Amino acid sequence: MNSGFVQSMRDAAKIQRLPGSGIGWLDIARAEALDEFLAAGLPGTRDELWKYTALRALSQRAYAAHDDMAATRAVDATLLELPDIDGPRLVFVNGVFRADLSKLHALPDGLSLRPLSRTLAEQPEPLRFLLARRPQECTDAFVALNTALASDGVVLHVADGARIRGPVHIIHIGVPADGDMAWHARSMIRLGNDAWLGLIEHHVGTDEHAHFANLASDYILGERARLDLLVIQNAANAATLLRRSEFHLQYAAHGSLHALELGGALSRHEIRVALDGDLARFDSRGAFALRARQHVDTELLIEHRGRDTASDALWRGVADDRARGVFHGAITVARGADGADAKLSNKNLLLSRDAEIDTRPALEIYADEVKAAHGATVGQLDERALFYMRSRGLAAEDARMLLVRAFCATALTGIEPQALREYAEALLLAHLPRQAAVAV
Amino acid sequence: MLKIDNLHVRVAGREILRGLSLQVNVGEVHAIMGPNGAGKSTLGHVLAGHEGYEVTQGSVTYDEKNLLDMAPEQRAAAGVFLAFQYPVEIPGVNNTYFLRAALNAQRKAHGNAELDSMEFLKLVREKLKVMQLSPELLNRAVNEGFSGGEKKRNEIFQMAVLEPRLAILDETDSGLDIDALQRVAEGVNTMRAPQRAFIVITHYQRLLDYIVPDFVHVLADGRIVESGDATLAHELEAHGYAWVAERKLAEAGA
Repeated sequence: MNSGFVQSMRDAAKIQRLPGSGIGWLDIARAEALDEFLAAGLPGTRDELWKYTALRALSQRAYAAHDDMAATRAVDATLLELPDIDGPRLVFVNGVFRADLSKLHALPDGLSLRPLSRTLAEQPEPLRFLLARRPQECTDAFVALNTALASDGVVLHVADGARIRGPVHIIHIGVPADGDMAWHARSMIRLGNDAWLGLIEHHVGTDEHAHFANLASDYILGERARLDLLVIQNAANAATLLRRSEFHLQYAAHGSLHALELGGALSRHEIRVALDGDLARFDSRGAFALRARQHVDTELLIEHRGRDTASDALWRGVADDRARGVFHGAITVARGADGADAKLSNKNLLLSRDAEIDTRPALEIYADEVKAAHGATVGQLDERALFYMRSRGLAAEDARMLLVRAFCATALTGIEPQALREYAEALLLAHLPRQAAVAV
Repeated sequence: MLKIDNLHVRVAGREILRGLSLQVNVGEVHAIMGPNGAGKSTLGHVLAGHEGYEVTQGSVTYDEKNLLDMAPEQRAAAGVFLAFQYPVEIPGVNNTYFLRAALNAQRKAHGNAELDSMEFLKLVREKLKVMQLSPELLNRAVNEGFSGGEKKRNEIFQMAVLEPRLAILDETDSGLDIDALQRVAEGVNTMRAPQRAFIVITHYQRLLDYIVPDFVHVLADGRIVESGDATLAHELEAHGYAWVAERKLAEAGA
């Protein structure tokens, strides 16, 4: 396959000097990963996990390998701020770490936080098991590509027993460059036993650009560790964002994810959760609000492996105009994972005739004494409720907004602090159509 | 105030109202009675502006304006209020928030300043006393998980807060026990005023023992077939709706 995309990635591998290059095992891992990617090519819609996300358009696009100015481009300071958030901050502009915009001084005890580029250059050995590994189940072409080309990312470690409530704020900013470029970020987040971490992963974009970002993140939660993760995806309108986040939870660890998908032309997030330890628990809530021709795909794959594990997923989606939303929630309860409790709810609203949402809940159970509930719907706004509200004096648009907002709000409960939740709600509202199209 | 002239309304291809005429003056209370399927609820929905009802003939004038040209929210701002027979549950929308948004939308339409949450709370407390509604219901989602009686009382409570000029009560008595019925009627009676008119739609005379109307109309087969004062309701209760139909036949034969 010599398409524009693949060719531009091959070229990138040739010309780019990646941090840590010259280290034997790393060079080998990168070369092997590139071969793997070139052999596999881009995933097609026959692949279950890519069924509704076609990459034909992407495959024909070529991207520059690097933005030479990324280290010095001016960034609007207000983009870096979140209400009531004043913890450590790690900022990447077009994939490049920016020390000048980050806040890494006076880190709290027990927190180690560094950009990948620096870690690879200075002490790469601890990352070897992550970068050089070949997990059998991971045949994802973009993870291979990420291993081959990742030039930066986040390396975060919370020591046993340390409680980082901060939270830590990671920002990926896309800004216009000479042309559209591709960047690949690899992140490794590790929580020791009894460690707590609040973390915000924030994607923002400014002005018009159509960059391609490929992120792969690993989260490892030690025994009784607790992770509160908020992902706000508010990339530039034309951007492409492909992400794969993998969570491993040990005994009694508890992960909590809130995800807000708002921006980008094509955005996909594959979330893999392995509840390895007994009593491990993963809660996830998320919402997308789409318009124009946006395409957003969330693949949530949860595997209960330990005993008495729990997962609770509540996702909402709203699509207007000609937007396309995809939600795939697959829960597997492995043999021996007795006592698992799995809940999955996915509800969606179509605001226009041309919008489309595909939802596929899937449940596979191989264990005993399992409690499992799942449901998925795609519907329109309740006309009776709209008339009721209008008959009380609310303008049709306001009534629609109120209904849509109420619909999405359940996905935002639990975001702390309150100012941040309100901010998230306001962001979501701003992405909803003010002139909601004619009722379907 | 309200003049309905020869109104014909079609719903899902069926003609439900066939030449209904009715005049309501300010300060009056009109009861509309009639058998099931006569078109009583259709009348309420058409007046409130439901888009599923197609007016094929006739006119409705409200305060010298063509009511049928107005959107539901414009009618609300002009003082028209429909207490629903089946109030709608709206999960996720707080009852108080909803009512304040509605009131402020109406105030804005009149060029009045919006009430802030403190001012609104004060107003709500006053009105709550009248309706004997539990304040706890205000913090729940609109009508969600309310009992039948609570839903109906919530409708009257909304009416008390919005202070409409023309209130249409669509079978507000249905599904209420006698205590709830009395409380709803009390709420309505405290709202009776010279500047306000009511159209009370009901199947039974029972409600009219508590809300005594100035006029009673019998709606059958899509039009008003009989009008009278409050005693007409008692005659209907005694003889049944068939009695009206028979008298009409006799008149026609005479």
